[in-house]
Amino acid sequence: MLSTTAQSQLCRLRPAHALKPRPLTTTTAAAASSSSLLADQPPPSTPPPPPPRSQILTLRRSLLSRQVTAVQLAESYLARLRLTEPHLNSFLHVSDAVLTEAQSVDDRIGRGEDVGPLAGVLVGVKDNICTADMPSTGGSRILEDYRPPFDATAVRKVRELGGIVVGKTNLDEFGMGSTTEGSAYKVTANPWDVSRVPGGSSGGSAAAVSARQCMVALGSDTGGSVRQPASFCGVVGFKPSYGRVSRYGLMAYASSLDVIGCFGSSVADTAILLNAISGHDRRDATSSKREVPDFISYFTASNTLEDKPLEGMRVGLICETLGSGVDSGVVSVINAAASHMEELGCIVKEVSLPSFSLGLPAYYILASSESSSNLSRYDGVRYGSQAVADELSSLYGVSRAEGFGSEVKRRILMGTYALSAGYYDAYYKRAQQVRTIIQKSFKAALDENDILICPAAPSAAYKIGEKKNDPLAMYAGDIMTVNVNLAGLPALVLPSGYVDGGPSGLPVGLQMIGAAFDEEKLLKVGHIFEQTLRGRRFVPPIIEDDNAC
Amino acid sequence: MFISTLRHLSVSMASLLCRGVLTYPPLLNYAAFLRRKSHIFYCTMSTTEAQTATQGSQSTQIKISPHRKKKGLDDILKDYEAVIGIETHVQLSTLTKAFCSCPYNYGSQPNTNICPVCMGLPGALPVLNSKVIECAVKLGLALNCKLNLKSKFDRKQYFYPDLPKGYQISQFDVPIAYGGHIDLDLPVEFGGGHRRFGITRVHMEEDAGKLLHSGNGSYSQVDLNRAGVPLLEIVSEPDMRNGIEAAEYAAEIQRLVRYLGISNGNMQEGSLRCDVNISVRPTGQVKFGTKVEIKNLNSFASVNRAIDFEIARQVLLVSEGQDDQIVQETRLWEEGSQKTVTMRKKEGLSDYRYFPEPDLPGVTLAKDYVDSIRNSLPELPEVKRRRYEKMGLSMQDVLFLANDVNVAEFFDATIAKGADVKLAANWIMGDIAAYMKNEKLSIDEIKLTPQELAELIASIKGGTISGKIGKEILFELMAKGGTVKGMIEEKDLVQIIDPAEIEKMVDKVLLDNPKQLEQYRGGKTKLQGYFAGQVMKASMGKANPGLLNKILLEKLNAKS
Repeated sequence: MLSTTAQSQLCRLRPAHALKPRPLTTTTAAAASSSSLLADQPPPSTPPPPPPRSQILTLRRSLLSRQVTAVQLAESYLARLRLTEPHLNSFLHVSDAVLTEAQSVDDRIGRGEDVGPLAGVLVGVKDNICTADMPSTGGSRILEDYRPPFDATAVRKVRELGGIVVGKTNLDEFGMGSTTEGSAYKVTANPWDVSRVPGGSSGGSAAAVSARQCMVALGSDTGGSVRQPASFCGVVGFKPSYGRVSRYGLMAYASSLDVIGCFGSSVADTAILLNAISGHDRRDATSSKREVPDFISYFTASNTLEDKPLEGMRVGLICETLGSGVDSGVVSVINAAASHMEELGCIVKEVSLPSFSLGLPAYYILASSESSSNLSRYDGVRYGSQAVADELSSLYGVSRAEGFGSEVKRRILMGTYALSAGYYDAYYKRAQQVRTIIQKSFKAALDENDILICPAAPSAAYKIGEKKNDPLAMYAGDIMTVNVNLAGLPALVLPSGYVDGGPSGLPVGLQMIGAAFDEEKLLKVGHIFEQTLRGRRFVPPIIEDDNAC
Repeated sequence: MFISTLRHLSVSMASLLCRGVLTYPPLLNYAAFLRRKSHIFYCTMSTTEAQTATQGSQSTQIKISPHRKKKGLDDILKDYEAVIGIETHVQLSTLTKAFCSCPYNYGSQPNTNICPVCMGLPGALPVLNSKVIECAVKLGLALNCKLNLKSKFDRKQYFYPDLPKGYQISQFDVPIAYGGHIDLDLPVEFGGGHRRFGITRVHMEEDAGKLLHSGNGSYSQVDLNRAGVPLLEIVSEPDMRNGIEAAEYAAEIQRLVRYLGISNGNMQEGSLRCDVNISVRPTGQVKFGTKVEIKNLNSFASVNRAIDFEIARQVLLVSEGQDDQIVQETRLWEEGSQKTVTMRKKEGLSDYRYFPEPDLPGVTLAKDYVDSIRNSLPELPEVKRRRYEKMGLSMQDVLFLANDVNVAEFFDATIAKGADVKLAANWIMGDIAAYMKNEKLSIDEIKLTPQELAELIASIKGGTISGKIGKEILFELMAKGGTVKGMIEEKDLVQIIDPAEIEKMVDKVLLDNPKQLEQYRGGKTKLQGYFAGQVMKASMGKANPGLLNKILLEKLNAKS
């Protein structure tokens, strides 16, 4: 059986343009009860598709039992990448060392040496995370062709455990945006519907994992930049607690909010990647010294699941997230997810966070303020693009005018304004006070509940260009995620349903929020949720390679 | 991989050019119109230094006469008071920089002590060197400050090519230490007197890099070796009134940081930098005049001279009704022309948009930690000076000995070995200091130990050797080391104190010099010195001089 799986990962690809929408197979009662789900029901005789399997664990078993080589696997992913990339534009740079690195994994296995838990795993890395041997532009013109002299700590850890960096994924410039349209280089498409955005700012990583261009990917989440694209692209996205993962090597957007997060096509893969990158780093004074548990050990094998595996788990459904401004389809998916959790034994209650709506303005003031400072280093003096100028102020002015895109400039201006003498108290200081209130209200809600649930975004993926000229509409889309960053909490987004749209429906993610440094609980609940969510296969129509997940 | 890429980076950085960047506005030759007079001002000022330094209270009643020109500058100055505050930056001599593990060595090749953190590369983060906090607490306590047990870092934001991140990590509204004072004694030659100046605050921050301007000014280069080196900024209260007080304040800060071992305090290398704020007002007026900042003060002498120049410049302008010519600006002290010139005018208050540094956790000081530092502080200059004073030393001696921490330690160690206080002071301030000066050595570089100096002093006092021999031994000890006892034995230098032996030598000398003896007895008593010299020579310098003279006189006068 293992060999079948391994071989099937190498299965043939068809060009994306030749793909046809794949009918969905939805069968469970919970799913059927949701009005928003696509109506096309399969014939009752079709067996339900299996729950997602860990690509990483499957790969590891295949590698260690010598049924497949790392090079073969890498070639299959690269082949898929080559086929899909012209339609998706997930990557800003694809490594030319993937096969070499895969070969060295094979060599080590051949010599009987121990290989790390990520041996041969193909990892996409968001381009605002520094990699020593590849360009790292942050999606900005001002860092065109910039190659850092060091790996980010998260990347270093991935490599030390045997992971192979496939390439650098596209993003909104410096992480500022929610669509990946804000990249200075290219617009990434959503694998579920290439006329739609993949979300952002980690849209490249989400699209790449969704289209199986790589197995897992690193992203960053300042206000939802991992969770919202995970929801849009139908993949699992994890935003760890602030301080859980070192930020060293992540190009700072808003230092007090930034975290590096993970994408995977299953909760298990996401957890394995998170395990690899978590932990204290002496190079990041804000990284936590708390011990990192083995997240996988909290998982229950799906064949040993009891009837009500989450018996007694208290789940708070944040009522402010299901009101006006949220697509009814999304509300239905979340309600269905809540019902599913009840079936698993959870006690789901509505919980109110009165400060929820304050999160958005507070977030945009704090994030812009910090970004106006963090982006000061891009001055054209030491690295990156330097304008030709004959005096100092125009060297700065022209380098930055030409190097930054409009969204970045907008946030620098907003932040500079908010920090200016005379405005500081009214904006920055007040936003910090709001942040404290939000932290307290989350603390209270999480004292009453084990986890909180809500959507990851008010809608599914929208069309490319739809919100490009309406920044406020784009900002409003962050309402579901920014509070979590302000409170520094961990959150998991996993695909849980669909809404109408695109060739075969659009995925909708469920967001689960946990107490600080309670990653393991989210992953445990998420894993059971995923393994019991019958009838869903979150594989986008762009790839027919059904068995690859 | 990391190293090599970095080297590549540093090479490219070293050759990086800011094309045609104008880093300073052209210096305005504002002071030119004062040039003729300025020379006179300075000379006049220097003669009044002692006076102004000692005057405690000044006349309260002043009249501003419109006819100033007829009065001399001295008279004009008497009616005004200068208000001076100093911001001092002390570069800490920690092994590594404030937020990364780069070393800092003054004078290294440009861009050789740099890393992603101090270059401000994307993704790099600062991590505080805990030694910086230790130094700050030491200095805060030494300056009698209160400590903020919870403080934090803030970002001070401005653009300049020597500032890699576009902000300086500093402390804004909650400095680590505040509300202290410093005590000092003015030099005797400037009239002496004890002073206490208030310390507003001490805070931690990082240094910026350096710009190297090309000869023709067409481009500038950036050296980031200094970027991220830890600094303590000490802000004084505006308590100083003239150049010598300010210079002595700066000197006392230098003494303090050297005593504490937190900085080499070297002004030439920029390890200690003073920016002076200065305004003048008619004596008795409460309202401050317009404040001017002076930079580029590379020695205590330039602090002194620049301030006195600036006081004269401002007073003259005020007295001539040209107050509006004094504007809030930064002026540069020009050592060559001995005057201050406009560097940049301040367009209102610059907005640094301070906000709390999100990359660094707050700084929390535990009481135990503070106590352990307090208990480990060395004896500080002021306490030392008061102790020396109580030992009966003159203020001149006190100031000399306490000036250099190593000299003070040498002196303390010498008297701890039982040496006479005054004699030890005299030896150190006399022959030892002269030797150090000639050989350009510091006291810990000479081979003489306090133990041996004490031994030497005791040997002379006890009569084992003569003072003259003692001096010879001293120079040998300083140059080659060794022990007093060893040298006395080795060279057989023990003083001859046996009267019979001396008498024999005297007899021989008298016998050998009958002509001189006759002359002496004929009234030319000055020749006593000649005989004494001959006897001393015959004894190879070992005869006890007192005994020698006593016996010689007896013999010379015996038959007269």
